[in-house]
Amino acid sequence: MKALVYVGLKPGVLDPQGRAIARSLNDLGFDEVTGAFQGKVIELNLSGDDKDHAKARVTEMCEKLLANTVIESYRIEIED
Amino acid sequence: MKTAVITFPASNCNRDAAMALEKVTGRPAQMIWHRETEIPSDIDFVVLPGGFSYGDYLRCGAIASRSPIVKDLVAKAEKGLPIAGFCNGFQVLTESGLLPGALLRNKQLNFVCRPQKLTIENGNTRYTSQYAGLKEVIFPIAHHDGNYYADDATLNQLEKEGRVVFRYAGNPNGSARDIAGIVNEGGNVFGMMPHPERAIDPVHGGTDGLGLFKSIIESI
Repeated sequence: MKALVYVGLKPGVLDPQGRAIARSLNDLGFDEVTGAFQGKVIELNLSGDDKDHAKARVTEMCEKLLANTVIESYRIEIED
Repeated sequence: MKTAVITFPASNCNRDAAMALEKVTGRPAQMIWHRETEIPSDIDFVVLPGGFSYGDYLRCGAIASRSPIVKDLVAKAEKGLPIAGFCNGFQVLTESGLLPGALLRNKQLNFVCRPQKLTIENGNTRYTSQYAGLKEVIFPIAHHDGNYYADDATLNQLEKEGRVVFRYAGNPNGSARDIAGIVNEGGNVFGMMPHPERAIDPVHGGTDGLGLFKSIIESI
């Protein structure tokens, strides 16, 4: 199994990198870009085949290490 | 009086911190590697040094804050052990939950490296008492992720309880309410982005950092 963990800054937390990306895209002529938010994707290879159990375990991993919940939120996708 | 400096892979201010401690206490500081599981019980004060622990992988200070020695540090902090973190050490303290908030990428996105004027907001803490009414100090800053963030409720609480110890005079990184250094509720755990350990000898360009080390040592 594989887990994809998307971690990003919570709404309202200043994201200067995202802002710089949006500004640069505007400079390149992509005027439709009104905001950009930079996060990260962490891919985990997992043993076992119980998806619900995997999701619970990866949630625990997010709370303990992968995300800093003071500033970040996360989303988990479990794949075969 | 025994002091210690925790060293993580890619800590780079650990020797500066040790020099500062030796200068103030007259005894060499004990260097403790991050894989150790226990801080010796006779240690009176611990410094988490600056640097780029684990190459700032995942988040600054994140991996270091989950190392075996920090587990013991958290337990001892709750029992009142004085602990200070400077720069990356401050990031480790927020990541470990010993201090509230988090350090984000600098608002201007650039790495800032310069002498920085700070105002002493609370001169009655265990980390500032020896400044004897001095209102301003200059400590070097050198960081890319020093933009202090906490939600409004936390910021209000820090202010109300006098836990904002230092503020930037001229905000270099976008920190909320110009906050440069804070203490925990018990007053024993302190963190700041600036480097007092790089301001302890005239060849550094100033000795304003000595007062901070003298304060905490005097309080023990």
